[in-house]
Amino acid sequence: MMARLEPRGQPPRWLSPLLTVTAVAVALVIGAIVLALVGGDPVKSYLHIVKAAFGDIGVLSDTLVKATPLILTGLACALAFRMRLWNIGAEGQFLLGAWGASFVILGLGLPEGTPAIVLIPAMMLAGALAGAIWGIVPGVLRARLGVNEIITTLMLNYVALAWVQFWVFGPWSEGGFQQTATFPKEAWLPRLTDFGKEIPLLSGLTTHLGMVFALIATAIVWFAVSRTRWGYEMRLIGDNARAARYAGIDIRRYIVVVFAISGALAGLAGMSEVAGSVHRLQDRISPGYGFTAIIIAFLAHLGPWRVVVASILFGALILAGREIQPSGVPAMIQGVILFCLIVADVFTRYRLVIARRAAATT
Amino acid sequence: MTATEPLAPPVASSSNALEAVGIVKSFPGVLANDHVDLDLRQGEIHALLGENGAGKSTLMNVLAGLYRPDEGVVRVDGRAVEFRSPRDAITAGIGMVHQHFTLVPSQTVAENVLLGLDKPRFRLDLKRTEAEVDRVARDVGLKVDAHARIWQLSVGEQQRVEIIKLLIQGAQVLILDEPTAVLAPQEIADLFTTLRSMVATGTSVVFISHKLGEVLSIADRITVMRAGRVTAAGIDPKGVTRADLARLMVGRPVLEQLKRTEVEAGHVVLQVDDVHADNDRGVAALRGASLEVRSGEIVGIAAVAGNGQSELAQVITGLRTCTGRVMIEGRDVAARPARESIAAGVAHVPEDRSGVGSAPNLSLVDNLILRAFRRPPLARGPLLDERASRDMAGGLREAYAISAPTLDAPVRILSGGNLQRLILAREIDSAPKVLVAVQPTRGLDVGAIEGVHQMLLDLRAKGTGILLISEELEELLALADRILVMYEGRIAASFDTPSGADVDAIGLEMTGGEGAGAGESVSADT
Repeated sequence: MMARLEPRGQPPRWLSPLLTVTAVAVALVIGAIVLALVGGDPVKSYLHIVKAAFGDIGVLSDTLVKATPLILTGLACALAFRMRLWNIGAEGQFLLGAWGASFVILGLGLPEGTPAIVLIPAMMLAGALAGAIWGIVPGVLRARLGVNEIITTLMLNYVALAWVQFWVFGPWSEGGFQQTATFPKEAWLPRLTDFGKEIPLLSGLTTHLGMVFALIATAIVWFAVSRTRWGYEMRLIGDNARAARYAGIDIRRYIVVVFAISGALAGLAGMSEVAGSVHRLQDRISPGYGFTAIIIAFLAHLGPWRVVVASILFGALILAGREIQPSGVPAMIQGVILFCLIVADVFTRYRLVIARRAAATT
Repeated sequence: MTATEPLAPPVASSSNALEAVGIVKSFPGVLANDHVDLDLRQGEIHALLGENGAGKSTLMNVLAGLYRPDEGVVRVDGRAVEFRSPRDAITAGIGMVHQHFTLVPSQTVAENVLLGLDKPRFRLDLKRTEAEVDRVARDVGLKVDAHARIWQLSVGEQQRVEIIKLLIQGAQVLILDEPTAVLAPQEIADLFTTLRSMVATGTSVVFISHKLGEVLSIADRITVMRAGRVTAAGIDPKGVTRADLARLMVGRPVLEQLKRTEVEAGHVVLQVDDVHADNDRGVAALRGASLEVRSGEIVGIAAVAGNGQSELAQVITGLRTCTGRVMIEGRDVAARPARESIAAGVAHVPEDRSGVGSAPNLSLVDNLILRAFRRPPLARGPLLDERASRDMAGGLREAYAISAPTLDAPVRILSGGNLQRLILAREIDSAPKVLVAVQPTRGLDVGAIEGVHQMLLDLRAKGTGILLISEELEELLALADRILVMYEGRIAASFDTPSGADVDAIGLEMTGGEGAGAGESVSADT
């Protein structure tokens, strides 16, 4: 017996989703084996994760809160990856977005009692703009000078982190703690619990308007990539940049524009997180949303709606990580899922052939 | 299992260097080799002829140890062998030069040769390898600099390195997969000389090709394959004509009979005036090239590879910056973005079909709308009308007989001929004023070439001015109204066809012109 990989011609349509689901299932089995090896009870752990993330409407709502920034950063990555622009900087763009939104509250000196109808759009704009700028920098460097965007976006993450730390440790620090003062209520995104008085079922639920932003953004991205000429040109550039040039497309402009939009989406995620969930800027505002977004984008095969599904799965894992001990288990599962996805990708392009040695005739 | 062809089965004899008997190899959905026999005598050049997809490469990959046959035996010098890898094959003395070379561009010739050896297990003895390269190169009459880095070499030189590499590894049988597809006419002649001197020293050669003229001129014997089977085994080239071979290959009589409408050449649609441009390495490739193409006219460019013809095409289509003037119907598009050339009415069949002319993983629809997507009816404001796109793609697929399973299939699964039809369909459908076609039939088989030629003539009849850049002189002679010879970035000579075009005269101009031997106006430089 001998096993070999042979290239596939045209993989059938169902193959890729099937392999993705299989990869996740295999990852869970591997996770279970690891758990069993260290003396844990895998069934109990998994049940606990499911319960901690989806067990009742309260935790489900918390899962959606975690999923919100993941959807927006996941879209940011998926959009850039479609053009083979490896934006590893969603984390930094997220942080800048959070900072930009905070700047509206803390840096502009707006009078107290400025209404939400002014504050929230201003924060969205500032967050998206700050994220976009953080995306445009590597975009321009790549388009004009051919600088590798993986390096620049990765490095800018650390700059962004230091930038946020400077502000929360220094000028905006609340009594010496590494966080700002809580934002005024007008700067909070409406939450489901805000309607608790009218609909008792919603009281205590923290899912906020950011989820709506995320879904609207998903719809817009989906429409743009699948229904517009712009989306077609992006597909062309992503698959073969030389063919795109041959078709008369200005690739350099596209690189900058896509980086700007990608950064703006991640920046909006940062805004949504400070305005919808944390209500202040603080050190460690992101548990690595911008990095998890990379896994999500691949898990979703860069499809906008699939980003939403993958984000909810990963939101659940992040939430469960806080709930169960040891908290390393969900992180381990994330890692194993990524690994299995990469392996699964091999099987979309190759088929495994198990051949018995052909006996020589004559 | 003898119900195949009424030919006598080859008898195993000691003089056969390599022998394949009853090879069967199938891939999902395709029976690539259906009980194929081949015998290669020692010291002969045996041509394996067939269209793309006939199973030639599959058979050779079996012989070179890349594929394992489902059935059948391979014998080397009469002994049955079973190859598990190309290494086994080379140990048995069988080496293959693939269409895509397997050299490391950043390393020198000697280093690349060394890579294939397993003798110095640890310590690298470059000096000795260099000496070895020089010796082998001298023996078979190849010119190669052992110190040169691969990326500095022309395609023809790289091919020589591949051959030398295999000879040093001890290959007694060389399999060359379409070796002339990438070569200029002069390089082909050099290769043939080398092959002759190699077989004289006892090496045996399998020469894979689908070019009839070539096969008849070089082969000692010919085996023809069609659709996975052998249709003629080891026949003598003396007794057959090109028409016979074409019939054996294609399965029907092929006589290229093109319908050529008489068209009066109209106004000038393309005018290139004193254009200068650099190539990718920053060396001047176009040095004051000037030419004109009129509507309803095919102007052929004949040149040995690397004389600026690729850059000329890129300058006209906006893919390369330049100085000078490139006028499309009076509009200067020199050094302007590709989009302006397109808007001015330039269509382009690029040299590199899969690398430039198409997006391999995108669907037929996406590839077919590449020219039309900016204009209605496909474009509706910023939106792209999916229904209209599919209608257009479906119409083109039918009109140009592009065979593909569905409109959503990625174009990378198309055969070379089908992909070229797709590109031509798209470019012709854009109703261009000027078409720049570069090597439009390179790598295509006989049937497909006929189709492409007819498409170009039909477009000419509609009044498009066509600039045809080709390394196939026969193609230029058959299609072009005028042939311009390019040499070192300039137009060196012009010939009217058919009356004033003499193959020898054109060939002479292609290699540098007067001084080389025409002798009537310029004295020979000895």
